[in-house]
Amino acid sequence: MSAPMTGRVHRFGDEVNTDVILPGRYLALRRPEDLRAHCMEGLDPGFVGRVQPGDILAVGRNFGCGSSREHAVVALRAAGIGAIVAVSAARIFYRNAVNLGLPVLICPEAALALREGEPAEIDLASATVRQGGAEWRAEPLGEEVRAILAAGGLVQRVRAALAA
Amino acid sequence: MAGQTITEKILAAHAVEGRASAGETVTVRPDVVLLNDVSGPLAFEGFERMGATRPFDPARIVLVADHFAPAPNVQAAGAIRMTRQFAERHGIAHFYEPGNGGIEHTLLSELGMVGHGGIVFGADSHTCTAGAFNALGIGFGSTDLAAALAMGRLWMRVPESIRVELTGRPGPYVAGKDVILEVIRRIGSDGAADASLEFGGPGVAALSMDARMAVANMAVEAGADTCVFEGDEQSAARQAHFGAAATVPVMADPEARYRARIAIDLGALSPLVAKPPSPAGGVPVEALRGQRVDQVYIGNCANGTITDLRQAAEVLRGRQVAPGVRLVVVPATQRIWRQALAEGLLDMLAAAGAAVSTPTCGACFGGHMGILAAGETAVATTNRNYRGRMGDPDSQVFLANAWVAAAAAVAGEIVSPERLPALEAAA
Repeated sequence: MSAPMTGRVHRFGDEVNTDVILPGRYLALRRPEDLRAHCMEGLDPGFVGRVQPGDILAVGRNFGCGSSREHAVVALRAAGIGAIVAVSAARIFYRNAVNLGLPVLICPEAALALREGEPAEIDLASATVRQGGAEWRAEPLGEEVRAILAAGGLVQRVRAALAA
Repeated sequence: MAGQTITEKILAAHAVEGRASAGETVTVRPDVVLLNDVSGPLAFEGFERMGATRPFDPARIVLVADHFAPAPNVQAAGAIRMTRQFAERHGIAHFYEPGNGGIEHTLLSELGMVGHGGIVFGADSHTCTAGAFNALGIGFGSTDLAAALAMGRLWMRVPESIRVELTGRPGPYVAGKDVILEVIRRIGSDGAADASLEFGGPGVAALSMDARMAVANMAVEAGADTCVFEGDEQSAARQAHFGAAATVPVMADPEARYRARIAIDLGALSPLVAKPPSPAGGVPVEALRGQRVDQVYIGNCANGTITDLRQAAEVLRGRQVAPGVRLVVVPATQRIWRQALAEGLLDMLAAAGAAVSTPTCGACFGGHMGILAAGETAVATTNRNYRGRMGDPDSQVFLANAWVAAAAAVAGEIVSPERLPALEAAA
């Protein structure tokens, strides 16, 4: 989580739940490439076709609420999403994203101000979001969250702990 | 030292650190770890990739094939097989599937593994259902539970609590569902974010254990991290009935600190229906009178109980499902299914025109067993009415209790059970 990342912004509103991110009828699938095809299908079927690797989601309140399905995060990552800037995010989704190495920054001002389709930059080390000349400071990441992201995800973190 | 909430006390008793105050990050050892055929396979793959070889304690792991069970397609069959094989490989005796199982949260309550002061970590958001039993059920995703399988513990932030003070007794056709729909209507779908909902007060005694499960189940629909009811004679009796060791209920200290307090007079509630696309969209049944329905679904992890089936049968006894309407009834566990059979409820429901299913999560999450076509409308006793939850993105779901759902099946539209035409006296 050292170098800043840059990607184009895709905006979504409030209460985007995991059922619309990855509808339940696809939950018997597990492979990232299979889940990718259905990412955001419940809300915006054209989404997958527009996303480039490293793009950023700017989303509203309670993002990822509802089902604990980690398939939703797998699908977003497989679609190319590199980071999420949210007004707020549901607890289980937030943990799932961090566990799979997808950072979620809580920053209402940035989440509401970021412009659709334009590039933005995220510096995780300082929890900073930038677009054009504007800059916003997100809530600092917790110690455990930083450690998981630094390890590349929870699998890598636990693997290191078990091997120690 | 300030007083503690129920949530703080239960977490402190399970924390490696030996303490747990709201806002602190602690490492918690659960009593039970619960996974299903959807969350399990991803967790098992994570477990392998972590380099773990043995789960922390096979006796405290419960694996349930319930979401795509019985398997509707080859992928689902593979996921259930993978779950069964993980159980076999690691000597996990608690593996359940159609024929001996049911929906995980209802089933877990029948296993005698969760009682006063316990903690369940489940790879399913509705793990909070365990709050009904004066325990903490905490939902996680698959990779977190892969770590829990490997290490027997997880980090978490101790939530603040919101006290829901219950008084009075529910009136006619008011069920547990209406209590929680009222809470969510008032505080919104993230009103309990980063918090635990603690239900207490004299009104708790007026709610059966099944009603408490219906309430606890939807705490996550208010955004809660978890929830917990005060324990009492009823929770102790249920624990004893299912063979759990007797334990003392965990109660809050009088001087415990709460983020907020909510007062609910059960006697002042009326049956509610949550309009799509949010569980926070609760309105009185009368406000939706005349809303046409294509399907009625009675079931899910908290409203497929014997209480729900009795309520449905009470409305459907001597009546028929309206022409053009499908009624799908899904008892939550094999035990409940057999009890309903013994009580004559299944025959009564089938005679009225219901399709009675084996226990499964089924169409509640849009998986199978009654998913909706574009333009269709359902009334369901389930917990989510998000866009496309039960099928096509252009279908819609109204959430209600089993009396109201059964009345909709009879009338073909949303209606208060009290307004159904009276039955002629039996000959």
